Amino acid sequence: MSRLAVPKTYKLFIGGAFPRSESGRTYEVRSADGGFLANAAKASRKDARDAVVAARGAVAGWAGATAYNRGQVLYRIAELLEGRRAQFAAEIEEAEGLTRAQAGAQVDEAIDRWVWYAGWADKFAQVAGNANPVAGPYFNISVPEPTGVVAIVAPQDSSLVGLVSAVAPALVAGNAVIVVASERFPLSAISLAEVLATSDVPKGVVNVLTGSPAEIAPWLASHSDVNALDLVGAGELDWVDLEIAAADTLKRVLRPEPGPDAAAPALDRIAAFTETKTVWHTKSLR
Amino acid sequence: MSGTSLVTARERALAVLGGEPDDATLRRYLHGIAGVDAVGLEQRAAGLGTRSIKTSSKKWALDRIISLVDLTTLEGADTPGKVRSLVAKAMNPDPADATTPRVAAVCVYGDMVPHAVDALGSVHGDPDDGLISVAAVATAFPSGRSSLEIKLADTAEAVANGADEIDMVIDRGAFLAGRYGLVFDQIAAVKEACRRPDGTSASLKVILETGELVTYDNVRRASWLSILAGGDFIKTSTGKVQPAATLPVTLLMLEVVRDWHLMTGQRIGVKPAGGIRASKDAIKYLVTVAETVGEEWLQPHLFRFGASSLLNDVLLQRQKMATGHYSGADYVTID
Repeated sequence: MSRLAVPKTYKLFIGGAFPRSESGRTYEVRSADGGFLANAAKASRKDARDAVVAARGAVAGWAGATAYNRGQVLYRIAELLEGRRAQFAAEIEEAEGLTRAQAGAQVDEAIDRWVWYAGWADKFAQVAGNANPVAGPYFNISVPEPTGVVAIVAPQDSSLVGLVSAVAPALVAGNAVIVVASERFPLSAISLAEVLATSDVPKGVVNVLTGSPAEIAPWLASHSDVNALDLVGAGELDWVDLEIAAADTLKRVLRPEPGPDAAAPALDRIAAFTETKTVWHTKSLR
Repeated sequence: MSGTSLVTARERALAVLGGEPDDATLRRYLHGIAGVDAVGLEQRAAGLGTRSIKTSSKKWALDRIISLVDLTTLEGADTPGKVRSLVAKAMNPDPADATTPRVAAVCVYGDMVPHAVDALGSVHGDPDDGLISVAAVATAFPSGRSSLEIKLADTAEAVANGADEIDMVIDRGAFLAGRYGLVFDQIAAVKEACRRPDGTSASLKVILETGELVTYDNVRRASWLSILAGGDFIKTSTGKVQPAATLPVTLLMLEVVRDWHLMTGQRIGVKPAGGIRASKDAIKYLVTVAETVGEEWLQPHLFRFGASSLLNDVLLQRQKMATGHYSGADYVTID
């Protein structure tokens, strides 16, 4: 007797929960050869707004956690990804039309990047911070602090590596993230959300939206409660307009990066979403 | 705003009850009222909550909500400075947008009334004239567990200090024990204590604390009892007990107010308080009021929201409608 197929429902990931789109919309995700893969939720601007509310609520706790603790939590994600390596490889193989070996290599790359960024969590401040020399008996210390809520348009031509490469560096410093996944390859993003939901990442720290970046990104770019905008995967959009909208509310903006090497691992990506705080303190009082 | 005259309130109660308002008469009357169809009530409330209010209607609704808010601070940690900043917000809710209406009233503890009156200055007055009145909670708020003498002194002091509205709590213990006559007498006595030397009277809001009354039947009885005893407003909750205001409970109280109006021609106000934090929820209340007692009730002397955090959410929605993009908590005050 043949078994009944049990296809997976791919939903959004907002505030640690997996809601359907508030609009009720879905869109078909197809494999490289045109076959039907799944229906993914098509997020609306209200889903984006809900995600911002969830992210805002999560910033204080995540930014307030010790850097060491954030590093442990991020490393734990890499551990869980490793355990579900086969599932991700199969998903990427189908969606992008790669061989099993190529898909597996992509998953490995994504896991390696998580580990790399996780390691930086309690080391970044030593590199980016500074004890400034001043003409007086004071300590003058600069430390990087997280910018806050970061909205990301993930690279559109990659299932997992691009997404991880954009999300992980923003998390390292203690930001909360809303990421608009690749429109063509959204399934790995939701599977990654399942990993995040079962790891130690506090709810709301990462929020994943699937659907049309062209529709959602303008609402995130103009949202007053979003502090920074990473347009790494927005090359195909009217990203200049997005940058203008972001300027109205003084957001930090990273411009689109084309090509397969988009968002290559770099300390600059961590530094991009930090603010430098400088404090003075007396050295001694005699 | 002035309260209803005392003589007519008592005469009216006697006529409706057909006797002195003692335990037995009130019990016969209140228990003679038909029971509440709980499923029907909740379904009706849920149905009223599904209306889609957009664009210009939403804009009107948001402004109306602001003008119906009793901006409230009822914390043990209230300071004169906190009350002054509350009043500043009440007078000018969104400093970036001068078209924002003022709220109806500020609601504070009795001992904070002088600070609120001072801070309001010339803006202190009747919300129907676009001014802001001062509401004070009294009668051993929120529990109501003290002697009548203390409750009356509490009330008289707040009125003497310049409160325009008194939010009293009923004795839920007495109500649940069936001592309806006692509750009636206490409300009537507090109403008397709301009188000012010049013959006018502060408006009396009677808090039922529906979260402690347990059943819809009790809420309906307590609503009738409060109106019979002379309350100018019936208010759901203190905000200190969960559940506080819910849409079905408010709908039920509005139905009592509607029936009372049909019976006597007198208009009683309703004030849901506690737990209304989102503009979307507040709009559902506006719809419920308009559909139950009529749009006429959507003015400050007949309907109020008791709220503190609701105002900020309404301001965010207003900013969204004005600018076209979502606003954030950095653009409203931290209360």
